[in-house]
Amino acid sequence: MLAEIGVSSVEELFRDIPAGVRFGRKLDLEPALPEQELSRHLEELAARNADTSKELSFLGAGIYDHYVPAVVDTVLQRGELLTAYTPYQPEMSQGVLQAIFEYQTVICELTGMDVSNASGYDGTTVAADACYVAKHATGRTKVVVTEATNPQVRQVVKTYAPGFGLEIVEVPHRGGVTDPEELRRAATDAACVIFQQPNFFGCLEPAPDLAAAANDAEAIAVAHVDPISLGVLEAPGAYGCGMAIGEGQSAGNYQSFAGPHYGFFAARNDFIRRMPGRIVGETLDAAGERGYVLTLQTREQHIRREKATSNITTNQTLLALGGLVHLSWLGPQGLREVGETCMGLAAYAQSKLVDSGLEPAFPDRTTFKEFAVRTGRNAQVAIRSARERGVHPGYALGRDYQGLDDVLLVAVTERRTPADIDRLVEALTP
Amino acid sequence: MKLIFEKSQGGRRGGELPRYDVPPAKVPDELKRERPPRLPELAEPEIVRHFTELSTRNFGIDTGFYPLGSCTMKYNPRVNERLAMLPGFRDLHPYQDEDAIQGALELMWRLQEALIEVSGLDACSLQPAAGSQGELTGLMLMRAYFADRGEGDQRDTIITADTAHGTNPASVTMAGYKLAKVETDARGNVDVAHLREMVNERTAGLMLTNPSTLGLFDEHIEEIARIFHEVGALLYYDGANLNAVCGISRPGDMGFDIVHINLHKTFSQPHGGGGPGGGPIVVRDRLEPFLPIPAVVKDKERFRLDFDRPKSIGRVRGFTGPFGVFVRSYAFIRSYGPRLREMSEVAVLNANYLLARLREAYDLPYDRLAMHEFVLSARSLKRDNGISALDVAKRLMDYGFHPPTIYFPLVVPEALMIEPTETEAKETLDEFADAMLAIAQEAEDDPQLLREAPHGRPVKRLDEVLAAKRAIVKYGFEDHPDLSDAKAEPRQLEAQKGA
Amino acid sequence: MAASESYPDDLKYHAEHDWARIDGGEAMLGITWFAQDALGELVHYEPPNEGDTIAKDSAYGEVESVKAVSDVIAPLSGEVLEVNAKVVDEPETVNDDPYGEGWLVRIRLSDAAEVDSLLNVDAYKQVVAEA
Repeated sequence: MLAEIGVSSVEELFRDIPAGVRFGRKLDLEPALPEQELSRHLEELAARNADTSKELSFLGAGIYDHYVPAVVDTVLQRGELLTAYTPYQPEMSQGVLQAIFEYQTVICELTGMDVSNASGYDGTTVAADACYVAKHATGRTKVVVTEATNPQVRQVVKTYAPGFGLEIVEVPHRGGVTDPEELRRAATDAACVIFQQPNFFGCLEPAPDLAAAANDAEAIAVAHVDPISLGVLEAPGAYGCGMAIGEGQSAGNYQSFAGPHYGFFAARNDFIRRMPGRIVGETLDAAGERGYVLTLQTREQHIRREKATSNITTNQTLLALGGLVHLSWLGPQGLREVGETCMGLAAYAQSKLVDSGLEPAFPDRTTFKEFAVRTGRNAQVAIRSARERGVHPGYALGRDYQGLDDVLLVAVTERRTPADIDRLVEALTP
Repeated sequence: MKLIFEKSQGGRRGGELPRYDVPPAKVPDELKRERPPRLPELAEPEIVRHFTELSTRNFGIDTGFYPLGSCTMKYNPRVNERLAMLPGFRDLHPYQDEDAIQGALELMWRLQEALIEVSGLDACSLQPAAGSQGELTGLMLMRAYFADRGEGDQRDTIITADTAHGTNPASVTMAGYKLAKVETDARGNVDVAHLREMVNERTAGLMLTNPSTLGLFDEHIEEIARIFHEVGALLYYDGANLNAVCGISRPGDMGFDIVHINLHKTFSQPHGGGGPGGGPIVVRDRLEPFLPIPAVVKDKERFRLDFDRPKSIGRVRGFTGPFGVFVRSYAFIRSYGPRLREMSEVAVLNANYLLARLREAYDLPYDRLAMHEFVLSARSLKRDNGISALDVAKRLMDYGFHPPTIYFPLVVPEALMIEPTETEAKETLDEFADAMLAIAQEAEDDPQLLREAPHGRPVKRLDEVLAAKRAIVKYGFEDHPDLSDAKAEPRQLEAQKGA
Repeated sequence: MAASESYPDDLKYHAEHDWARIDGGEAMLGITWFAQDALGELVHYEPPNEGDTIAKDSAYGEVESVKAVSDVIAPLSGEVLEVNAKVVDEPETVNDDPYGEGWLVRIRLSDAAEVDSLLNVDAYKQVVAEA
């Protein structure tokens, strides 16, 4: 090979690198591990984590322990999909392209929207994306977001705001939900209003009224939604939202210490040319057969460069594909059942905890798969004590909200049983 | 091939769900779903067949040679897939207490340390989700750094190369900076004379990748770094091409202050048809206070998340980053150790070998040794036979190869950007070179064959113009016998039994 | 069916590959054969609004093909009287007939003197030869 190239050593191939920037020593990295030793090392690291096989978990707060059916693993391990690149050469990539087209369809069906992209990074960055679209669509620079929206979503929007030239205004929660009147007043001159349904506390917001409040102010209503809830809760497109976004993890992804997962982004047709990220479209080939291609690419960075709708290139395709497989396995009946089961079990857990002497933090609110409960002591103390009994009882809401230091956010998915709930009650009894 | 929706049969489903003897919960009427979503309705065997069939219509690194320039399509070690699925990683909730996530935090910290060593800088954040997000985070760091020094309003411009990937200028706009472009000279280096005219006290920084998208190491990188540092500006390194120089030249030593690394390029995270990836950033000491929170730190023998960073730009995404990607990249790095340098040596050897075999048959815009990738041009084929880079790419498919990157970088007409990577055997490189030579000959003898290529894929050449005009971006259901909107009744689903 | 290369001599031209047909105090504007050939088949035209003011040498709209997007540069300043709806609906009209049915906007000139700075067909053909 060296002879064909016309050099006498591998070292000579690097002769263009100036001496002043040559790295003169060996890399200070630990010695190479062959596969067996590598596995042992990683297994040892993994063993020092308390995963859900070690502690019964009621943790949610944005990432959930839903059941991932085995077929998801089967599909995501197909080498032709796993090891493929972005489908820029469509004749080599009809598998990925058709799968994304099916995913886009499923997201539009769940959310009641006209167009979905091929995924964003996660449920937080798609909120920043929505603000960018809204700013350019309306010319306005104010964004309203509810306090009952996931704190991380709000933090990310605030991180992106200076570069986007946006002012962020928060509308406080009132007893665990948002007041539409308050939202309407805040939404004057706003580009968009972002609210979460179910919200971070697990409470059901008066979503149609919040969307109406946004629309009254001529701001775009953006609903941040849970895909697993959309078999029982109405689609945002049916109650006046212009965009629907969210974290896809609950559909088809393991928790995996929070990543990688996928954000979804769907919108009404008005916004199609401003959509960030990849979009797959249907077309015909030279023989008149149906096929799929990346389309409307002139929105994207590789063509529009500094005027692109986003800089996003690599997204979360494989994880979105996991969502498609999971939702296909559930079907509409299964999705409704999962939603009903989560809702019923969570309500049951809340009633059992109330029976045992704990107070709901937001009484009289209907909740979906999570609820906030007052433990009667510091929530972190309650967690420590419960964990000694092998149960992680939930998220300490005081980390993000004032006046809620004694409150736990308890998530109950279809993977929990009534017996598990009994253990939770027992573990929270001082 | 049918869409999954076209295979639906009403009432079918993949599996049963558990039922519990608890009272049913009621959704308030005004929030209730009226019409069920038209999700696919298939039994599990049909679902498996559908996605298996889809995968047979796709080409991955597992299928064959995939020399996409700037993408580093190297083999994805299979042990990494098994390791990412260990329950201690796979089933771990990010809000578990610190004592319960020590293994995960240690893995992240060790990965950070390795990336710090490879890049020659001081501090690392693993948070950004991909290279583009790493770029945006890096620009936000610059903004915070200059604001902290009282130079925020003064510094409003970022300089990029005219050979830059489109993400660079797109990131500049998203960060709220103005964009300036520096030209490339005849040897494929940044034009230093042009650069000197452009750089002044309004400059915040430079975004550059080295080697460039032309696959060439910039011979004046030290001078370039001096020009920016002299005016107090910063240098940002786009790590897309790091595969060429690991252990050979470090971006920190080249003079860069902020680096993003593409875990899905250099460090073997599978591309998954478009993602996931990972775009960690590594920075010089003086930029550390601005890194995203939380930071992963080692405190004596324990690891923890540090939120006490008053100057941090904040959070750029949820939690601490794509952990499953970290597992794979960390395992990859541990499987090489200090021999990571050999990875780059072989990547550069393979690229130069292919270049040597192809340079006579195609045009070579820059006559220099390549690094890990090189750019050819099909310009002569276009002029002599009306054959474009696109036609060459489509014909390569018939030979069983994924085409290289085409029409990038923009400064080269009819560009073909070829990056073999280090995980390809010489026999594969020779087969590819033979195919490229054969196609150059076919361009003369039978150009129509190329214009109508591919001939052997599941579809013929696809009409992208039609796709853009029709903008059909989801299945319409109009032709489906059961699910078209024409049906007035919302479909009644069975009530959950036992509920 | 894309038109064959031509540059009518009754038009005025701008170096950014735009043409103007002057008619009293008004002008019809569009892009030249060279521009549509470089872009390929157009799939989208993003026009200004009727009533907008456009400025000489500035972009007043965008045209897109599948692979590229391009600003359309105004050769003259004025008020937009009419946008060609046919091109909005069928952008490929510009490829088929760039100087006729493929016109983009009709404007009322705000400064007739600007016409003098435009190129005649020979000068524009020179620009094309050097491109």
